[in-house]
Amino acid sequence: MVGLALKGVGAKYGKHVVLSDVDTDVLNGGVMTAVIGPNAAGKSTLFKRIAGLASGPGTVVLSDTLKGQEAICYMPQDTGANAVLTVYESVLLASKQGSSWKVRDSELLEIDHILQALRIDDLAFRGLGELSGGQRQLVSIAQALIRKPEILLMDEPTSALDLFRQIEVLGFMRSLAAKSGMSVLIALHDLNHALRYCDNTIVIAKGAMVASGPTGEVITGSMLRDIYRVEARVEMCSHGKPVVIVDHSIL
Amino acid sequence: MAIAAEQRETTTGGTQYRALAFRRIVLICGMVAALLLSVSIDMALGPANYTLKEVLTSLFYAGSVSDQLRVVIWDIRMPIAVMAVTVGASLSVAGAQMQTILANPLASPFTLGISAAAGFGAALGLVGGVALFPAAVQFMIPINAFLMAMAAALFIHFASTMRGVTVETIVLLGIALVFTFNALLSLLEYLASEQALAAVVFWTMGSLTKATWPKVWITGAVLLFALPLFARQAWALTALRLGEDKAASLGINVRGLRLQTMMTVSLLAAIPVSFVGTIGFVGLVGPHIARMLVGEDQRFFLPASVLCGALLLSATSVVSKTLIPGAILPIGVITALVGVPFFFILIFTNRRRAW
Repeated sequence: MVGLALKGVGAKYGKHVVLSDVDTDVLNGGVMTAVIGPNAAGKSTLFKRIAGLASGPGTVVLSDTLKGQEAICYMPQDTGANAVLTVYESVLLASKQGSSWKVRDSELLEIDHILQALRIDDLAFRGLGELSGGQRQLVSIAQALIRKPEILLMDEPTSALDLFRQIEVLGFMRSLAAKSGMSVLIALHDLNHALRYCDNTIVIAKGAMVASGPTGEVITGSMLRDIYRVEARVEMCSHGKPVVIVDHSIL
Repeated sequence: MAIAAEQRETTTGGTQYRALAFRRIVLICGMVAALLLSVSIDMALGPANYTLKEVLTSLFYAGSVSDQLRVVIWDIRMPIAVMAVTVGASLSVAGAQMQTILANPLASPFTLGISAAAGFGAALGLVGGVALFPAAVQFMIPINAFLMAMAAALFIHFASTMRGVTVETIVLLGIALVFTFNALLSLLEYLASEQALAAVVFWTMGSLTKATWPKVWITGAVLLFALPLFARQAWALTALRLGEDKAASLGINVRGLRLQTMMTVSLLAAIPVSFVGTIGFVGLVGPHIARMLVGEDQRFFLPASVLCGALLLSATSVVSKTLIPGAILPIGVITALVGVPFFFILIFTNRRRAW
């Protein structure tokens, strides 16, 4: 089983400290962990720090079974819309970094499988520039999955998707994590998605970790009031699932 | 039955991809054939016109043709024809990689001031006898051109990495460099002797007529040095087009790749300019034509850029000899006249986006 733990992790851009003191227990493989917090709280920075794309204090502890930094894949929010590349080519090149020019049939087959799983195989030979933001987000997920990461850091992967696609993608990721043992950290703004799909939740606000633990224990009315400045309740719906109900903002 | 149907379905994308790759390889082979034809025609044309058969015979059976034909083809025309190929290829590849690393369709050695800087460096040597690298005075002109080009390229590179600098700013900086170096060049021209002035004017017009085998070897060697470097980074350079964040997330050292590419590009842009003068159009449009034909996967885009630039300049060399019978017009002056119609046709007939 793969695992990841953060010990006093922080991040700096130059001399400017943008994140500090993120501590978590071991985040096991096979489950999804939500990273939530207001805009510009430091969620993307935390992901970049874990992926080795930002420097800072603290330690990202990886379990011995992981193949090091290569095991981690960070999926940023933006993906290029200007490139004169097809969807298929963009996924292929994500898998071929550092490899030879030759493309094997087995590699093409893997791309086919991933595009089919995400139900974007009909877009395979469309140019990236011709896609909508949501379609590009799905391509971005395909580019991440083709690298077969053991730890996947997804930065708001559903922000441009319609409701049906949000549910579909998150359900797919959850079952994929459970099946492959991959550890998925996912930055989300929709707290109901976090409640529904993520076992653990980390709350980041103003460049620091505020809370971390099982999602049901972390997302509470008091947390929503303190961090999001909204009066809200977490209640059970008629299906017995927790949902966030927002009453009003606190001015 | 169901399994067979599923298997067929899962390989659909792969089959289509292979067909696309095959089409691109055919296009590249077509460009190679067109280039060989163009170079042969280029060698056939001149004050004394030869047939293609005579040219090919002197190339492959040099012993069986007259001394005069052999000397004209091998010693006079071939250096010029091959120089058109190496210079066109170098400038086009330089433009292609500048557009890639700066994520800017307007980037080229000419538009970002690198050619102008090289021209000024060479003019410093031609007019003032100033050697920027005094240890090698005999190679003063190309070394001056290279050092100035590299300084301009590094300036553009570091400016592009500064916070808050957008791609539009980079183009503005490049245009500012063009104006600055052109102003300095004009100042040198004003102060120059008649002989030095003629040499500088030769520069600014661009001409292949003074091509010699040593110059061909040097530009060819630079190209042969640069291409494997780019080829090795083909996947990484392609990934840069997905955006800086995405490329970094794929494990690419974006900063290092940009710096290495810019250094190589400055070499590719500076050396040809130091020998044949300013030829602006190829570095900007060659890559765009290649991109429209084969897309942006560098495994196809890189050879296509080489071939487009080489073909563009070789075809221009042919036209420069035929436009006014008996006269060879400066190639830099008419490159655009040859390339623009072709470029327009591609833009207006291509249904896919060009950038």
